[in-house]
Parts: sequence; C-alpha cells; structure tokens
Amino acid sequence: MAKSKTSSNDNTRSVKPGSLPYIWGRLRRNPGAMLGLSFVVILFALSFFSPMICRYDYQEIVMKERFSLPSLTHILGCDEVGRDILSRILYGAKYTLSIGILSTAVSCVFGVILGAVAGYFGGTVDTLIMRALDVFQAFPNILLAIAISAVLGAGFDKVIYAIGISGIPNFARMMRANILTVRSSEFIEAATSINCSTLRVIVHHVIPNAISPLIVQVAMGIASAALSASGLSFLGFGVQAPTPEWGAMLASARGYMRDYPHMVIIPGMFIMLTVLSFNLVGDAIRDALDPKLRD
Amino acid sequence: MARYIGKRLLQMIPILIVVAILIFSLMSFVPGDPVQIMLGDNATPEQIMETRASLGLDKPFISRLGSYLADLARLDFGKSYTQGTAVGAELMARFPKTLTLAFFSIIFTIVIGIPIGIQCAINANKLSDKVWMFLTMLGNSMPGFWLALLLVILFSVKLGWLPSSGDSGLNYFILPVIANSIGSLADIARQTRSSMLEVIRSDYVVTARSKGLSERDVIWKHALPNALIPIITVCGSRFGFMLGGTVIIESVFSIAGIGTYMVNGINSRDYPIVQGSIIYIAFIFAFIMLLTDLIYAYVDPRIKAQYISAGSKSKKRERGGIRKSYGKE
Repeated sequence: MAKSKTSSNDNTRSVKPGSLPYIWGRLRRNPGAMLGLSFVVILFALSFFSPMICRYDYQEIVMKERFSLPSLTHILGCDEVGRDILSRILYGAKYTLSIGILSTAVSCVFGVILGAVAGYFGGTVDTLIMRALDVFQAFPNILLAIAISAVLGAGFDKVIYAIGISGIPNFARMMRANILTVRSSEFIEAATSINCSTLRVIVHHVIPNAISPLIVQVAMGIASAALSASGLSFLGFGVQAPTPEWGAMLASARGYMRDYPHMVIIPGMFIMLTVLSFNLVGDAIRDALDPKLRD
Repeated sequence: MARYIGKRLLQMIPILIVVAILIFSLMSFVPGDPVQIMLGDNATPEQIMETRASLGLDKPFISRLGSYLADLARLDFGKSYTQGTAVGAELMARFPKTLTLAFFSIIFTIVIGIPIGIQCAINANKLSDKVWMFLTMLGNSMPGFWLALLLVILFSVKLGWLPSSGDSGLNYFILPVIANSIGSLADIARQTRSSMLEVIRSDYVVTARSKGLSERDVIWKHALPNALIPIITVCGSRFGFMLGGTVIIESVFSIAGIGTYMVNGINSRDYPIVQGSIIYIAFIFAFIMLLTDLIYAYVDPRIKAQYISAGSKSKKRERGGIRKSYGKE
C-alpha cells in the first residue's frame, strides 16, 4: 500500500485508471474528499479516546446544570438531566460511524455474492435471485428496515442487521450489472480457455475488474445507512436512550426543543456532517472513475 | 399499449403475493404476545386462550397465512387486534393524508430541483455551479426529520407563522413537505445536472444554437426533453420512496397517515396493522413504477414504439428491460 501511494504521487499517468492507487491519487487532490475523510478519521479517534479527553463523563447526571446553554464550562451545553452534550456527542459518534460502516459491510458482502452469482451464471439462477430481490425492492427500504427491526427488537447489533439486510438489493443489482459488463470481455474468455476454475475466474478475474464502481456505492451506502440508522433510533426502533446515539439523543431532546433548541440542533448537525463527509468521499471517487472527467 | 399495461399489471400480482407472504412470516416472528399486551397483566390464562382462539392465533402458521392471503385477495386486510377496526378501511381513510404529503413533496421537489439542476448544467464548473452542488449535497446529507424539527423551532415556535403539528388544513402540510423533500430535491437537482450536461454537448444542441434560437428555447425545447428520461426515473422512484419515507415525517408532525398508523401498530404489536400498511404501500409503489414506465412512453416516442411492438410480437423480455436500457443512457 505504501509503495502504491508513492507511485501514484510521482506520476499519476503511469497508474492504471480505475485502479485503487489511481483513485487514491485523485482523491488526494480533491479538497472536499480530504476534508470529509479527515472529519471521519478525527471523529473516530476522538470517539475512542473520549473518556480520556472529555472533561465530563458522558453519563454523569448533574441536575443543577440541566438545560445549560453552550458556554465555556460546557462547550455544547447540557441536556435534560445535566449531562454534558459534547461528551455524549463524542462518545456516541462510534455508534453512528460503526452502524454505518458495519451495516454497509453486511449489505456489501451479501449483495456482492448474490450479484456476482446472478451475473456470472445467468439463466435460472439469475432469474431466481433477481426475482427475489424484486420482492425486497417492492417497497421502500426504510419500511423493510423498520419491519426487520420490529422483529429483532431495538439495539445496536439489531439496527446493523435491519439496515444491512435492507441494503442488499442495491449492491446485488449493481454488482450484477458490473459483472455482466466484465463477463463479456476478452480476458475472461482467455481465462476460461486456459482452464481456470469457475471460482478462480470469479475471484481473480471478474471481481477485481468489477470492483471499482463498488467503492462509490460503499461510500454512499455508509452515508445513507447512517441516515437511516438515525431515523430508526429517532422513531425508537434503533439504538435507544440513554445510549448517546445521535438519533436517540434527538428523540429525547424533541420534548424540550421549544425552550432549548441547542439540544436538537447539535446532534443533528453532527449527523449531517458525518453523512456529508461520506458523501463527499463517494462523490470524489465517482469523479475519479468517470472517464469523461479524466485529465 | 393496453396490452403492455395489462401485462405489467399481471406481473405485479406474484410480486405482491410474495411480499404478503414475506411480511406475514416476518411479523409472526415478532417477539411478545399481542394477546398478553391487549389484555394486560391481570388477564387469566383462560381469557388469554379465549382471545387467542377468537383472533385465530391458535391455528398453525400455514393455515393463518392461507386465510390471510385469501382475505387479501378480497382486499380484506384483516382486523386490528387492539382497536377491532378493519385495517383496510383505516388504510383507505389514512391514505389521502400520506398521498397529500408525498404528492406535494414530489411537486415541490420537481419545481425547485429541476431548475437548479439546469442552471448548474448551464454554468457547469463555474462558482455558482459549485456552490449549488455543495448545497445539494448538504441537503442530501441532512436527516429530513432533523430539518423538520428545525423548521418547527423557527416557523412555529419563534415566528408563530405555521402550525407545528396536525393535518387539518393545507397550511399544516407546508413544513412537512419542505422537510420531506430536501433529500429528493438534492438528488433530482444532481440527476438533472448530469443528464443535461450529457445532452448539452450533443450535435443537435449545437445546431439549434447555430440556427439562432434563443438560449431559452435551446435549453427548454431541445435539451431538456432529451435529458428527461433519467430524471423521470429518479422522480418515480423518489415518489415511491416518499410514500414510505413519510413514516418519520408523519410522526414528527403527528399527521394521521399510513406511516403513523404503522408505527403505532409496531408499538402495540398489532401485526395486521403493520402487515396491511406495508402491503398497501408495496401496492402503491408498484403502481407508481408502472406509471413511471408509461410516462417514458409519453415523453419518448421511441419507447412507445417499442412497447407497442413488444406487445404485438409478445416477445419474451425481462420486466423493466426498457427502463434499464434507456435509463442508463
């Protein structure tokens, strides 16, 4: 990885367009993407070290400080039972980030497998898989996520499954389309003709060549998964209070928003910035992969 | 054309049946006994048994599924456990609220989003384009329910201009529509920009310009109609998603639509309500997708010709094949 970084730095043109080093080389020159990436990395780091950094414990209740507005002692103010909002936001960041990333991982792994199998084998297998996905796409994603979380119950790991499963069809469809494009190319014919096993053709030849559009989908998928997660938690079907998940914080702040708007504004702002960061990165990768925008 | 519509309507049926089976099975795994919740902690075991038998919950899964599907075929969505009312009638009564919200949202989205996209395409890579593209990305990243809360704080609490909850008049829908549209608006502006950019480079646009047409005519009469197909695709799917995505917005503004009905159903373990809501929305969703495909034919004569020839030759073609091949242009 270190080697490819330097090579992309020295001479971008010598790197194969669409390859990972090439994308990274383009990303480095995109200020929006770098800003988004740094925001996410810093937030992640702060979240994990928050017990050491923060002046207050995220669950420490101080009734006389309740509803205090942002000030020097409490930078983002306090909530309805006097807990420091900054500590809660930073501690809670890991929920939003990890739900986004893990649920996208779930959709990506299952989606890629299903899409690859459907696209590569075609025929009856393809029809079966795609018809099954049609059923999952016959109603809006968020409803599927809500229905699944109604079955599984509320909680951190359950949100990941609920959102992860509801995202599978998107990944499968995209992977299938990529595979169909790659499958008709000559190097696949060559690999088959020198007697490569089906598995080898898929793993070593088809997937690596169909993967780069997937990266865009992953970045965007994390963004939309984080949004859905906050929505589920807001409705009370996701991570629940008193866990400082941002959507859950919004849900409990809702009752006090008339008098203390800061309790509503701050968690939402952080959700937006996190989602924006992933969107910026995804957008930059899409630009990097678009041959029409290539310099 | 009629043949094509008929064929598509027939193709909807198996999908809806499988959706019904899927949702019914999912709901039967929901932990917690609805009868226990209905009767409270003081119920005797005999009462519980009796209620369970009267609701048909004592029968095996397969026979419950079978009778549910048979009822569905007669458009009977069953009865609510907790309220005892017919779910179908309640859905019908609530649907206009959800439709109003989704309909005005998609209109708002189209009226604002498409012009933004066109302006950005015309001024591509200039400062105004970059600012708007950043703003749309911000809109795309914003949780709609958060925007809803902010709008309530500003327009209802501080300024007192608009009601913060309820659904008894059109002015009650202004804030929900804005909050509900923000993500789609951003999406459609971006889609419009990119498909306009593709079209603006083409030869017939150059021809239109060189024969001296005004810039407005070039954009609105020559470029936009040709860029419309992918935009319609996004609008159609967005409209469908809005019908389901209004769940959260409806609960923020306490609008008595299908979304709030479903959320109440989940909280009270009232499966027929949850099943009914999802199947109802799946039905509407499928209908909107069909409508989107028909709008393609209206917008693009080439697609219309294809529908008609496909119908007469009854060529075996994958569902939505036309949409896919044209949508990805």
